[in-house]
Amino acid sequence: MSRRRISIRQELPLLVWLVFVWCALWQDFSPGNLLFGALIAVVVARLFYLPPVELGGRFSIVRAVPFAIVFLGKVVAASFQVLYLAVARGPKVTNAVVAVQLRSHSDLMVTATGHVISLIPGSLVVEVDRSTSTLYIHGLNVRSGEDIVSLRKEVRDAEAALIRIMGTREELAALKQEVGA
Amino acid sequence: MNPEPSAVDTIIDTVSAVFMVVGAVMSLGAAIGLLRFPDLMSRMHAATKPQVLGLFLLLASVGLQLRTWWVWPVLFVAWIFQVLTVPVSAHMVGRAGYRTKHLHRELLTTDELEAVVQKAADKKTADRPDSGRQDPDKRAAHDDGPADDGAPA
Repeated sequence: MSRRRISIRQELPLLVWLVFVWCALWQDFSPGNLLFGALIAVVVARLFYLPPVELGGRFSIVRAVPFAIVFLGKVVAASFQVLYLAVARGPKVTNAVVAVQLRSHSDLMVTATGHVISLIPGSLVVEVDRSTSTLYIHGLNVRSGEDIVSLRKEVRDAEAALIRIMGTREELAALKQEVGA
Repeated sequence: MNPEPSAVDTIIDTVSAVFMVVGAVMSLGAAIGLLRFPDLMSRMHAATKPQVLGLFLLLASVGLQLRTWWVWPVLFVAWIFQVLTVPVSAHMVGRAGYRTKHLHRELLTTDELEAVVQKAADKKTADRPDSGRQDPDKRAAHDDGPADDGAPA
């Protein structure tokens, strides 16, 4: 397989993250350590080559901060829900496997959506169909058709929020059109 | 540290105490879920969600108690790796569990994946005789969806 050249701009988030991990582990954010960390990050990224993550080319911090707070709130809600179900319903809990078609076809979006919905209430990714970007989701405590509809809506909403944060311009435009229609 | 606890100290101590207790309760909830839920997939729910929150609360209370800014990046890195890896491991276990039929079908209200997996399996057996052209291992790696005719994504 031929190695595709990655532009430094595309690689920058990875390098910044590697430097951050390096400095966090040394617990030292002095300029010298930052520089050495950057050097090691570049060497590591060159030696252990991975296919580049295709970023959407935009990142909206204004949308990301409320999303992170809401996400944390949902993790809390999910934990209490699972705790309640474990104690109260236990073996009698009923579930469902639901197919949800996503809008985006980019690997990053599908992965990010899968991560987010795995951590918010009542859903877990069982299977991913990459060619049609369909997620098969296992829903905990799904008892009726309405629950399935709301589960599907929840997943689509999570994806919409992620597109607003870091989707490509085309995805954002399509989403705007869909919401407006 | 001062021998005389100030108001700020009391607040920090109280908050971290609450965080620690709730975090421990969350880990207990995960354990109860593992014991009480009926099948593998619902157990994966118990293994992912309360545990992530439990770890978050315990790390936060460690950060509050140590009171040095440089532990926060380490704790942040620890939690982010947890958030990144837990859904992946849950997905892998869930996927393997579904394929090996470690689930109670009578507890599922709907199953929209069953038909898809069945179709893929049928197709694979139907294609067996003339599979000389195509590598069977390669087919098996691709049989995870409705459009599983080896189409590159």
